[in-house]
Amino acid sequence: MSKLTRAIDASDHVRGPATARVTLVEYGDFQCPYCKQAFPIVEKVLADFGNELRFAFRNFPLTEIHPLAEQAAEAAEAAGAQGRFWEMHHLLYQHQPRFAVEELLAYGTELGLDTGRMARELAERRYLESIQRQALEGVRSGVNGTPTFFINGRRHDAAWDYDDLASAIEQAGETSGQHAGRIGR
Amino acid sequence: MITSHTHEATPTPIGTAAPAFRLPSTPDQWVELEEFRGKPVILAFYPADWSPVCGDQMALYNQVLPLFRQHDAQLVGISVDGAWCHDAFAAARGLHFPLLADFEPKGEVARRYGVYRAADGTAERALFVLDDEGVVRWNYVSPVGVNPGADGILTALESLTARRTV
Repeated sequence: MSKLTRAIDASDHVRGPATARVTLVEYGDFQCPYCKQAFPIVEKVLADFGNELRFAFRNFPLTEIHPLAEQAAEAAEAAGAQGRFWEMHHLLYQHQPRFAVEELLAYGTELGLDTGRMARELAERRYLESIQRQALEGVRSGVNGTPTFFINGRRHDAAWDYDDLASAIEQAGETSGQHAGRIGR
Repeated sequence: MITSHTHEATPTPIGTAAPAFRLPSTPDQWVELEEFRGKPVILAFYPADWSPVCGDQMALYNQVLPLFRQHDAQLVGISVDGAWCHDAFAAARGLHFPLLADFEPKGEVARRYGVYRAADGTAERALFVLDDEGVVRWNYVSPVGVNPGADGILTALESLTARRTV
């Protein structure tokens, strides 16, 4: 059973409190149609589990089949550097696969980012190394395609439609920590 | 949906010589295991071409091929699909490694490696890492519906590399 090799740390983009009983990590690719399908499902589990669930997104661009995925990931990281990672994450899935540099900068404008800085960072490929490191760690953790989810550090091999993902999260909540009892949706 | 195991796979054990084979890689080219002697070899048996792209095992291996090459390892995919099917699949996915057609007699090489699913008529999702002398150093049979990823292969290649440099 494959396990996450790096727990969530300060380098991650995280939603939800550190005290949450369940941690969901997604390795995703902004150009992947399945990740786009998963996007509203993840949003729904986040809404439904509230403070019981913490979520981190890590980049796993499958550049061999998605030539614009890396560029999109760089735009997300550039937005993250200006405190707007999640807003860009959402916009990228909504606009998939329109990821030409001008389009990415337009999303930056829409979010009120300093697009001069963003353009410079994209041209310098400022975040490429970090993205590649995330992907490499993903491989070592057993990421086997996109999206790959880890629930409390274990790879989730079952389906990720809402019901399967939510019940896997519930199960992980029941077996985690000192607190017995169910966690609520 | 995922079919369950009707039998236990008995993959060629660690420490034994990998069974020789010669299979078509394209409609007019053949590959022999013997050709790879001198470098580590990754044999990736899988049930069928054309599974959904982003979760596809061969697409993942294509992506991480540079990591395998750091160990000078040669990767080959093997399924019971015919050479023309492999050709179309490899072209569609832009694969940079050979896919071998275990097509006639069907599944013969998978059987020799103990990873044929007679009930389904396909290979298991099974991995073998061979050392530079063709000895099996690691094997893994995944549940057929679960893409095993690349972490096990990389760990096996690292221990081979460590052994060679001692």
